[in-house]
Amino acid sequence: MGMTLTEKILAKHSGRDRVSPGDNVWVDVDVLMTHDVCGPPAIGIFHKQFGEDAKVWDKNKLVIIPDHYIFTNDKYANRNVDVLRAFAAEQDLPYFYDVGTDSYKGVCHVALPEEGFTRPGEVLFGTDSHTCTAGAFGQFATGIGNTDAAFIMGTGKLWVKVPETMRFVFEGTSLPPYLMAKDIILQIIGDIGVDGATYRTMEFAGQGIKALTMEDRMTLTNMAIEAGGKNGVVEPDEVTEAYVKSRTDHPYEKVYSDPDAKYHSVHHYNLEDMVPMVAKPHSPDNKATVEEVEGGYLDRAYIGSCTGGKLSDFRAAAEIIRGNKVKLDTYIVPATTEIARALETETIFGTPLIDIFREAGCKIGNASCAACLGGPSDTFGRLNNQEVCISSTNRNYPGRMGSKQSQVYLASPYTVAASAITGVITDPRVFIQETVI
Amino acid sequence: MSKNSEPIKGKAFVLGKNIDTDQIIPAAHLVYSLEDPEERKLYGKYALSGVPSAESGLPQGNIPLTKEGETESEFKIIVAGDNFGCGSSREHAPACLEIAGIEAIISSSYARIFYRNSVDGGFLIPFESFEDLSKEVKTGDELEIDQVNHQMKNVTQDKVYNIKPLGSVADIVHAGGIFEYARQNGMVPAK
Repeated sequence: MGMTLTEKILAKHSGRDRVSPGDNVWVDVDVLMTHDVCGPPAIGIFHKQFGEDAKVWDKNKLVIIPDHYIFTNDKYANRNVDVLRAFAAEQDLPYFYDVGTDSYKGVCHVALPEEGFTRPGEVLFGTDSHTCTAGAFGQFATGIGNTDAAFIMGTGKLWVKVPETMRFVFEGTSLPPYLMAKDIILQIIGDIGVDGATYRTMEFAGQGIKALTMEDRMTLTNMAIEAGGKNGVVEPDEVTEAYVKSRTDHPYEKVYSDPDAKYHSVHHYNLEDMVPMVAKPHSPDNKATVEEVEGGYLDRAYIGSCTGGKLSDFRAAAEIIRGNKVKLDTYIVPATTEIARALETETIFGTPLIDIFREAGCKIGNASCAACLGGPSDTFGRLNNQEVCISSTNRNYPGRMGSKQSQVYLASPYTVAASAITGVITDPRVFIQETVI
Repeated sequence: MSKNSEPIKGKAFVLGKNIDTDQIIPAAHLVYSLEDPEERKLYGKYALSGVPSAESGLPQGNIPLTKEGETESEFKIIVAGDNFGCGSSREHAPACLEIAGIEAIISSSYARIFYRNSVDGGFLIPFESFEDLSKEVKTGDELEIDQVNHQMKNVTQDKVYNIKPLGSVADIVHAGGIFEYARQNGMVPAK
């Protein structure tokens, strides 16, 4: 019996020839990532458990990326960044991306690949549920809490229960022009439910997945957690290698699922049969086609976050917004400073993306998590009242983007952009057929 | 948290399914120190403050976990439907419930990071029920969890339900968390 990609990585990192689903194993950690929300309590536990003078197990494997509550006057939030700064100095950490410096990055899940920390075959833990994003690179990556992070800081190890793997196989040679990876994952989560993959790996495979860019693959794996998944993975290929090698010289070993690996279940989709989707309030599995909710009331549009604030997400939105004025308050939040800079240099028919958004009347924020998770009351784009928002983010439980009286529709950047122009929920196919094709 | 096998007794607080971590502790409140003895009490004050009011303290609703102006709850045991603790990885979620005085949860299923955080951090015990007991128990009912015989007794309604044994995490739960467990097994040096 063969093993899946996830089983092979966990076997290798626990010093075993093989592992099976349900086994509890202690794995060696290649990268630990933390940020400004969970870093300070993890650091507190680390010092309490290992001593005030303790040093982390390997300073080259700990990555600290402040990204959540950055552009705020909240005194507690600002203090938490100070805690990270002091710890980075005390431990002499080479990979701390400090606020207010040239090295500031923004959203950790997009910054990790940019800085070359998402490498095939490795084990990455992070104190954030969307750490599963890095599985797009064929890495085992999952979210953990503060206590587990503190344990890794001191020991370099963590226990893991080996998950069963659900395989999602995609036919088709390319994404139809109106479809984005967000539509695919909203369809899957709608089909299996917000606990449909609990304790399991979601492995995305097939010719249709090989046709996707790294950024598209990251959108899929990012939202594995929204179905309860432990991790999401895509087997590495030449697309993966081209990205990783452009970002790091660090060696890595690619891992693939065996043809005779045992799966929990196998699910088939064809890209050409899929249509633009939304998740209605208040759950990521509350699926509808955009067609079914077309014309629905909105107050606001939001494009940003680890799942929906990448350069390709803004390029897609700009294709539709170009030459139009937005009818909704429309917020643009690049995930990282690298993407923010690219908005100035990437063009469509000679016009930089940033100008397309400005001329349309969009509000443009600084690179960070911003209103994706609400945050302090002065957070850019936060829903402070009963607003109805259509958003390219990944989660829409009550109060996720601020007030628990607000409502959030999750959708692709195409759908968010189309809706921003008309002022109501709008199928992007109308605009794409008129303006792009 | 009860680290031995003594019964856990107290009043029930009942919630529905898919209670995510933003409802357990809204993101705006994640900024307080968990170490400062005074500041950490704010987590008790805001625990479950993100749950829509009508769904807080079922079946009646409109019951806050912690009364206005207080940081500790009169309730000791949460009873909830499927997928409790879904969403983010914030350990502040089980921590805020412990700070509010919750000792155990009985849910038909859990999201894995919340479950793991509850166990590894030693905050509270996440018991699994065989059926969705949030339909049976009413907020304010007096409950007793018998950890030896794996049963939950609703004293108010005079009913007994079987619950699942803790299984492979029992050793970590009874050690009081991952650090205590690792020390007992020589993986981390004694303090």
